[in-house]
Amino acid sequence: MSHILRIENLHVSVEGKAILRGVNLEMKFGETHALMGPNGSGKSTLGLAIAGHPNYEITEGSITLDGEEITEWEADQRARAGIFMAFQRPVAIPGVKTADFLRHATTNVRRPDRKEGEDLIPMREFRKELKSKMEQLKIDSEFARRYVNDGFSGGEMKRAEILTMAMLSPKFSILDETDSGLDADAVKLASASIAEIGRDKMGLLIITHHDKLLEHNPPQFTHVMLGGRIVETGGSELARELHDHGYERIRKTYPDAEAANQEMLGKEEPAAV
Amino acid sequence: MSTDIAANDSIGEINKYDFRTESKAVFKARKGVDAEIVNQISEMKNEPQWMRDYRLKALEIFNSKPMPSWGGDIDIDFQDIYYYLKPTDKQGRTWDEVPQEIKDTFDKLGIPEAEKKFLSGVKAQFESEVVYGSLKQDLSDQGVIFTDTDSAVREHPDLLREYFGTIIPSTDNKFAALNSAVWSGGSFIYVPKGVKIEFPLQAYFRINAENMGQFERTLIIVDEGASIHYVEGCTAPMYSSESLHSAVVEIICKRGSRCRYTTIQNWANNIYNLVTKRAVAYADATMEWVDGNLGSKLTMKYPAVYMMEPGARGEILSIAFATKGQHQDAGAKLVHCAPNTTGQIISKSISKNGGRSSYRGLVKVEKGAKKSKSNVVCDALILDPKSRSDTYPYIEILDQDVSVGHEASVSRIGEEQMFYLMSRGLSEAEASTMIVNGFIEPLVKELPMEYAVEMNRLIQLQMEGSVG
Repeated sequence: MSHILRIENLHVSVEGKAILRGVNLEMKFGETHALMGPNGSGKSTLGLAIAGHPNYEITEGSITLDGEEITEWEADQRARAGIFMAFQRPVAIPGVKTADFLRHATTNVRRPDRKEGEDLIPMREFRKELKSKMEQLKIDSEFARRYVNDGFSGGEMKRAEILTMAMLSPKFSILDETDSGLDADAVKLASASIAEIGRDKMGLLIITHHDKLLEHNPPQFTHVMLGGRIVETGGSELARELHDHGYERIRKTYPDAEAANQEMLGKEEPAAV
Repeated sequence: MSTDIAANDSIGEINKYDFRTESKAVFKARKGVDAEIVNQISEMKNEPQWMRDYRLKALEIFNSKPMPSWGGDIDIDFQDIYYYLKPTDKQGRTWDEVPQEIKDTFDKLGIPEAEKKFLSGVKAQFESEVVYGSLKQDLSDQGVIFTDTDSAVREHPDLLREYFGTIIPSTDNKFAALNSAVWSGGSFIYVPKGVKIEFPLQAYFRINAENMGQFERTLIIVDEGASIHYVEGCTAPMYSSESLHSAVVEIICKRGSRCRYTTIQNWANNIYNLVTKRAVAYADATMEWVDGNLGSKLTMKYPAVYMMEPGARGEILSIAFATKGQHQDAGAKLVHCAPNTTGQIISKSISKNGGRSSYRGLVKVEKGAKKSKSNVVCDALILDPKSRSDTYPYIEILDQDVSVGHEASVSRIGEEQMFYLMSRGLSEAEASTMIVNGFIEPLVKELPMEYAVEMNRLIQLQMEGSVG
């Protein structure tokens, strides 16, 4: 399979404030990319803009998937085309059982032309698949009956996101700090799960501050974001350098981007999903 | 191809309730309400003098009472309504005895099918009269009475007269007075001591004619230690002018008994639904109202439980969904008249596309009702900026050492929830329906499975904005 997600000169504003200021990025199916950068540099914004959040207005540039421009598409169209984002803090949907939600989502993503009211994946078939994926990810089967993200611990939320990713098997996944707020064991489990499900089976864009996730998922490419732009791209050694030494060198090397970053921080970062 | 089928199906769904039956009434009173009409109704029903007097007295009360000054806007011309329309000469004991066109109506509404599958008994009311009635043999053998209230006046006069109008007197409010004057049809139920009815008894109320008023009168007596689940459904076709539905429901739960009364009201959006429902619960008895209001132009309905003796329990679950042109002024009343009584109100309302839903509720703890507990939770969900939700909670506490809690929340359907679901491939419509279904799930799961399915389907129709 060869799929390409291409971001060109992407400018994104939230409530009229410019956050991304010309991002270029190209990912191929099967590749693992790390996206790093200090707080407020625009990492989550890039993810949300790719996923199609309506509050993230693309003012310039384009997003294409396999040559098709998806810049104007609604979030559900993008999901059905194979774009996925695992959110940092997914919202709760009280009263909606995780299994029901996943059955709808999985059906729609597998049958992108499905109209509302048309049949879902047969219950028996779906349950069997969900059960096996949950076993694979060491998720308790009781999980399926709980309401979506409702009262979940940090760790449960992240695992639910990974389970969703496993069911939807997208072409490209953006993982927004899927390791944050987890203890060491949980990070290890999440990292291993991502490697098992995602590695070579999709394009992965891993947004992270830490190196734990990247130990299990060594990136072929590391991108550093500052002030709403990708200022540097390297291999896995760049991720290691940033982890060991922080962003001092980057901040000094790109003073314009650093100034933009400071300006954005002063504005308060938009709430991530 | 599959798309065409789906489209046709959904049209079928929309039309499921909005159809008119060409039915020739055997008798139709002229429009308007006055002593002549009331006498005529009583005459047609061949009633004893006491009931005729009761009606005429109620008419005077109706005429003397002002319209309610609160709630919704009621713009009814009482003289432009038909108060009595007799669709057929006799009530069917089997569906084959029901006139074909009326039988077809209830077939389309799925009543005979539901009856076969999971009901203990059925009453089907078309316009003013109950046209079909059934009760499982084993229940009648145990002394259960399930009949229409008109028949009960003739067949069970002592039992009926002992309770009729004792829970909701004609003087209670203008619409209770109107019902008392012109009532027709409704269910009369008596469950003898210790008899527990396993499957629900269902009544289905259908208004078919234009400018029709339906005024059924229901009286349920649950004797000591007995239990019952009664379900009512209501629909009507859409006309250009308004109709009125104004019922009175009285329930007596004796010591240690249990009654659940479930309503799924899906009237057409031109019907004023102004209903008085009240139950009394004696020692250790439990009364539960499950009240789902999806249809009507204006609903004003506040099912009440008066807890008369220690250990009585009242629970009211209310769901209201108001869309364009609808005002659901729904709620509940709990009155603690004895010590150690327990009450709970859970209300969930949804407003969409300019609809307005209000929660109006009263919790009253009378003097002497020590150690009583009441809790009220009302949540409102507003789907768009055009829509509106209000909460009017009234609490009156006349004694000490009681516990009364009230929580209210109003939320707008979250952009973040919508985005989350859409980012997983759900369409906008699927996402909002899922959020709404989730919102009412705590109540829907209280319904028997068949009604839960029905409720979810109705919600989906409301979400599509296609309910006639």
